[in-house]
Amino acid sequence: MEAIILQVLNGLDKGSAYALIALGLTLIFGTLGVVNFAHGALFMIGAFCAVTLSRIISLSHEVVDETQTDFLGNPLKVDVPYVYDWFGQATGDAIIDWAVPLSIIFAIPVMVSIGVLMERGLIKHFYKRPHADQILVTFGLAIVLQEIIKYYYGANPIPTPAPSAFKGSFDFGAMMGFDPNVIIYPYWRIIYFGFAAVIIGAVFAFLQFTTFGMVVRAGMADRETVQLLGINIDRRFTLMFGIAAAVAGLAGVMYTPINSPNYHMGMDFLVLSFVVVVVGGMGSLPGAVAAGFLLGILESFASMREVLDVLPGLNQIIIYLVAIIILLTRPRGLMGRKGVMED
Amino acid sequence: MSKMNLTRRGVIQTGAVAGAAGLTLPTYLRADGHSGFTNAPEGSSVTLGFNVPQTGPYADEGADELRAYELAVEHLNGGGDGGLMNTFSSKALQGNGILGKKVEYVTGDTQTKSDAARASARSMIEKDGAVMITGGSSSGVAVAVQALCQEAGVIFMAGLTHSNDTTGKDKKANGFRHFFNSYMSGAALAPILANNYGTDRKAYHLTADYNWGYTTEEAVRTSTEAMGWETVAAVKTPLTQTDFSSYIAPVLQSGADVLVLNHYGGNMVNSLTNAVQFGLRDKLVNNKNFEIVVPLYSRLMAKGAGANVKGIFGSTNWHWSLQDEGSKAFVQSFGTKYGFPPSQAAHTCYVQALLYADAVERAGSFNPCAVGEALEDFQFDGMGNGPTLYRGEDHQCFKDVLVVKGKENPTSEFDLLEIVEVTPTSQVTYDASIFGGELGSCNPGA
Repeated sequence: MEAIILQVLNGLDKGSAYALIALGLTLIFGTLGVVNFAHGALFMIGAFCAVTLSRIISLSHEVVDETQTDFLGNPLKVDVPYVYDWFGQATGDAIIDWAVPLSIIFAIPVMVSIGVLMERGLIKHFYKRPHADQILVTFGLAIVLQEIIKYYYGANPIPTPAPSAFKGSFDFGAMMGFDPNVIIYPYWRIIYFGFAAVIIGAVFAFLQFTTFGMVVRAGMADRETVQLLGINIDRRFTLMFGIAAAVAGLAGVMYTPINSPNYHMGMDFLVLSFVVVVVGGMGSLPGAVAAGFLLGILESFASMREVLDVLPGLNQIIIYLVAIIILLTRPRGLMGRKGVMED
Repeated sequence: MSKMNLTRRGVIQTGAVAGAAGLTLPTYLRADGHSGFTNAPEGSSVTLGFNVPQTGPYADEGADELRAYELAVEHLNGGGDGGLMNTFSSKALQGNGILGKKVEYVTGDTQTKSDAARASARSMIEKDGAVMITGGSSSGVAVAVQALCQEAGVIFMAGLTHSNDTTGKDKKANGFRHFFNSYMSGAALAPILANNYGTDRKAYHLTADYNWGYTTEEAVRTSTEAMGWETVAAVKTPLTQTDFSSYIAPVLQSGADVLVLNHYGGNMVNSLTNAVQFGLRDKLVNNKNFEIVVPLYSRLMAKGAGANVKGIFGSTNWHWSLQDEGSKAFVQSFGTKYGFPPSQAAHTCYVQALLYADAVERAGSFNPCAVGEALEDFQFDGMGNGPTLYRGEDHQCFKDVLVVKGKENPTSEFDLLEIVEVTPTSQVTYDASIFGGELGSCNPGA
């Protein structure tokens, strides 16, 4: 029972990342009809927004400490962050400690700008091209973006820890009457799940309850009619691309304490996220979210030792296996609409 | 194992055979008649091939390897401060290149993929005339490139490769490894773990699902079980795994009080980060503090894991904080040129380049069979690991192994590990036959 609860928690946590990325992918596909293979790169860039802000906050000047020596035997040059000089060490430490949450504020305008720039600068030229062309150009773009990040930040993962207030784990077991230390889950992962729920809720609310969202939904259903009404739907769709980029970017920002970011992390998520979108149903926002959590939970269960003892290697194929089964039984995915990508 | 005795007649015969076969053999296998081996250097220079990961997840490690090779070339050609040539027990190298020929080099990108590594090594041998291939950051790559060099008739001086198989079941007569291996890690770590954590422990292994993971798990299990530890579970994790939460969450339920992470590179950074996130090290299990062990450490990986490495034991081939004359000379030389201390990958690659050059000088020939013979059972000192033997039976170096621990209060981004013990060679030496494999015959390529 404890193992099942733990894997459900794990699945929800993994599913949060899948759902956030898949949500952005579906937003782009649903509005612009573009299959965006650069979406994983947007997740990665979001993570590097956190790395960048962390470095900006930690900008330092050198102070020579005569009492210590460096590896060459010279007096040690100690880096002293400017925030120490400006706010004192205690406040400076607190600011540096909270770099990841602060990066959310930094990442939103950066990611929206990157999204809009990407759409206006490159992707709009491929709207009327076949999906294969869109996949090729966005995949190429993803490679270019990750190589740029590698050039400036290196190939090694860069540790970007959560605030110390969120270190450690919460004992669900003790709360639920089980033995202590059996069902524990890290605080930051619980926050990640909550954050994902808030972002997903906010996107749905934005589309459902605002005039802008209503127009976008109308455009997704019938672009031509909306244009005939004199509404500049293209501009709204461009902004939706920016919002989708921001959703992926924020998912990346909050993911940095879970795994140290590296230039390749977007690619690690990309294929899985596409499977999530296909399983959920192309163009279906609720489908993407539901499939994200479903596949996250299934992947977690498939990683259990008891399961692997019976079916070795299941953890490596479970997602694709489920995708095959769902597509055989429901060719449009869990919540796919008729006519989408069927021409 | 078989050795080739070089005689004037043998060389002439080999050359004659190569000449006769010249029409059918690929260009790189032709010995140009007179020389009798692949890519015999002509003119005033000799070309070495540095095959390192320049792209992919180990690109930073590859960049450090390349820096080390460039430094070695500089020193071999008489530039810089001479580095380890000043402390090396053999005095054959004079700083005038190798056998009087200026050392030049070409580089290849392994991408940490066996196919890509073989293709780049082949290109350097066929197109650039490299007489020796060296480098790499993966056992899979090392085994693949070693086999290619054996076929092509050039010497392979392995870079960072830790699997027992490189000089075990997959060993080749043309291949040589300075870096230590999984067996040595287990043998060095076990007594330290017993001293610090006791002999009544239950270990849970997470193991990367590939060759190196298996040999490391086996080595650590064998060593720790021999001192009384029990292995409660060993779970294989996909090499492509990034989030290890679903593998770590069940650890506490298993009753284990030690988690052994048989992971390297990005896997190690992520699994260790996830394990620390779960607060495993703050838990008390079986009335003991829960502990984590990382059998193979690298400074670059420790940097990626950040503060999560604090207090965690592991092993390493070399560390810049060693205070022997060789290590100090290398750190001074590398640090002055590049502004930061070298990694263990840089050290082993630099040493391999010098050992090859020294062997050529002592053999008086670039012929790989002569070079191999000069390396086999060669004993040396002054290269940073204490007295070292290049064992002839398997072409594995035997030297001290370092047990290290993540430093609690690092003074810089490079000061992440502290040496806990220098395990003597005798404790990590094993019978060459235990891992199987056959060296076969040296192949001069012609």
